Amino acid sequence: MVDYIVPCLLFAAAAATLRKKENAYDLMLSGAADGLKLMVRLLPCLILLLTAVGMLRASGAIEILSNWLSPFFSLFGIPPETAMLVLIRPISGSAALAVGADLMAQYGVDSLIGRTAAIMLGSTETTFYTISVYFGAAGIQKTRYTLPAALIADLTGFIVASITAKWLF
Amino acid sequence: MVMSWIFTGILGISIVFACVTGQGSALAAAIPKGAQNGITLAISMAGAISLWSGVGKLMEHAGFTAFLSRLLRPVLHRVFPSTKTDITAAGYLSANICANFLGLGNAATPMGIQAARRLAKGKDYATNELCRLIVLNTASIQLIPATVAAVRVSQGCQTPFDILPAVWITSFCSAGLGLTAAWIMGKVWHNG
Repeated sequence: MVDYIVPCLLFAAAAATLRKKENAYDLMLSGAADGLKLMVRLLPCLILLLTAVGMLRASGAIEILSNWLSPFFSLFGIPPETAMLVLIRPISGSAALAVGADLMAQYGVDSLIGRTAAIMLGSTETTFYTISVYFGAAGIQKTRYTLPAALIADLTGFIVASITAKWLF
Repeated sequence: MVMSWIFTGILGISIVFACVTGQGSALAAAIPKGAQNGITLAISMAGAISLWSGVGKLMEHAGFTAFLSRLLRPVLHRVFPSTKTDITAAGYLSANICANFLGLGNAATPMGIQAARRLAKGKDYATNELCRLIVLNTASIQLIPATVAAVRVSQGCQTPFDILPAVWITSFCSAGLGLTAAWIMGKVWHNG
């Protein structure tokens, strides 16, 4: 069932555009070119951040810090191995990608940790960035309870990701 | 600026820990290896990201966002009562949520900002509805998490989309609990 979602969505998007008598192929080409431009912007970030995360891993810091934080994370049922990802996810999207890729490489992409990391990445956002963009644009000084509420949403995401990774596979 | 602190901080922490654990040579070796991993990851992600932003462009032109917006109306009125009277805000809001749902980040943000301006109602503090809009945006409800799928493919995954149900359940729960928390806090939090 799930296997057909992405292929069918691809087809539906192309067919619906054709029905509107628009040039689906050219539109897709220009979209794909935009995507490549995005990748070019992301590439230097990934090089710098994977270097930093690789150093952190090689120095033993990730292991030691995960062990320290382990009691706190176990309390919520979140695997301590994903501690770095949980901490960096709300702050930086590209750093979270780097940490997530490192986790998948370290533990295997289809391992429990690799899957948990993927689900976490897919179901959360760069909270601090989002908040600053929206409040900056709307000219809001007092954010009231937005940050705590958004962080509660994030924490829920991390906990539920740990549960679904365990139960759905 | 934040990234400079994070990057420098990570380097500093790595050096301190390497001294303690005696992993100096591994630390040095990790530098060229990490840079190589970075470019490998970027190149192996590029295909999927590029294709998917092509699909995104199609979905925009095919009117998927407009279609979803119509389905969303009833829910929208409940979470954001002022959209019942403010048609413009309703339009921006549903466009923002639907574009996010389809993974069209470039289209979602400008719509979201317009919606935020309407919901702010010229006040200098965040209204309850504005808080809810932002919580909804940070919870990331997404049909196809294309970026993660691309990362998984780059790490040799055969079934990059098998996490879809898990991602849907997770983001639905986090949005739900985030909105509930916002609703409760909105009752007790003083303005300003």
